[in-house]
Amino acid sequence: MTVAEAISTGDRPRDLAQDWPLEVFDVLKAAGIRQMSYVPDAGHSTLIRLFNADPGMKANLLTTEEEGIAIATGAWLGGQRSVVLMQSSGVGNCINMLSLPVQTRTPLLMLVTMRGEWAEFNPWQMPMGQATEACLKAIGVTVLRAETGEDVVEVVAQAAGMAFDADQQIAVLIGQRLLGKKKW
Amino acid sequence: MVSEMNQAEMDRRAAVAKILAARDGALVVTGLGSPSYDVHAAGDMDGNYYLWGAMGGAALTGLGLAQAQPDKRVMVITGDGEMLMAFGALATIAVAAPRNLDIIVLDNQHFGETGMQTSHTGHGIALHKIAEAVGFAETGELRSLAEVEDLVARLRKPAAGPRFFVLKIKAENLPRSLPPRDAVFIKNRLRAHLGLAPC
Repeated sequence: MTVAEAISTGDRPRDLAQDWPLEVFDVLKAAGIRQMSYVPDAGHSTLIRLFNADPGMKANLLTTEEEGIAIATGAWLGGQRSVVLMQSSGVGNCINMLSLPVQTRTPLLMLVTMRGEWAEFNPWQMPMGQATEACLKAIGVTVLRAETGEDVVEVVAQAAGMAFDADQQIAVLIGQRLLGKKKW
Repeated sequence: MVSEMNQAEMDRRAAVAKILAARDGALVVTGLGSPSYDVHAAGDMDGNYYLWGAMGGAALTGLGLAQAQPDKRVMVITGDGEMLMAFGALATIAVAAPRNLDIIVLDNQHFGETGMQTSHTGHGIALHKIAEAVGFAETGELRSLAEVEDLVARLRKPAAGPRFFVLKIKAENLPRSLPPRDAVFIKNRLRAHLGLAPC
């Protein structure tokens, strides 16, 4: 059984409230994404498994999030579309590197799972979580938010269009309310 | 760790010119500062992608490009300070294991652009040993133009994975040879070179 089959809902229709990662993967694939880079986050775990299992995709494991910004810029230079997955804490690591796609006007699509904004129990997540949107806007990245599974699918689809058809740098923030409370 | 004086005498421009004379269609990404000037001084070309900022981004821009263009060889030419800022990139590139990515570090053991402050390599850290430890297919440290001649021959051979070579060069600030600073122009020029549309 492939990873995609193991994760798939089988005959059951997808319920986007929980199955949105499967739909987002299909949307990214349809948008022509060929490279993905990531620092893991629980909220991205299904997407990460799907990308790693797809022989048509190149997935890069990063040591820190800004590496993905440079990889995505290089990918576009060479004619491929890339997406960068990270948690909101990683956005702070990216700021100076974002001057690369912003200044070169290179398409960039970031999917950011939020911490520090809803039912957060770890106070250390609060400063960067609360600063994420402001930091991205300050460096020149356009920020879109998604608060439901259905939202994520729709927002990612059109964000990919804005990024790759209009040469924009786009971050989609996936709300912590949607991701659910972390279980300990 | 004891600071050591850089005794290297290798001329950076001569070394870069030798490597680029044999590039054979390779795409070249440069790290900000002197490496960009060295590559520009060897002859501006459509297959050159110069960085003027985004310190720490050269090797990884090279990785994304190499993955998108598996049939082309990609060469990153950067400095010790720029590579040190992307220390973790060595792990990321080793895991990605591209067979068409060569990283050349022009190591003068100093931050040349900002007043020649000693860098970590000037304090004894050997970057090629780091690259070897994380799993680069080939690594080395070169101290003379004669050794660069050998490297040129070596780079022509197919690689089993990413390669990483440190050139110990003389610490000096040569007259600047400035590449275009228009980042969109440089991007679209390289894409056009590959037959890709601007947007």
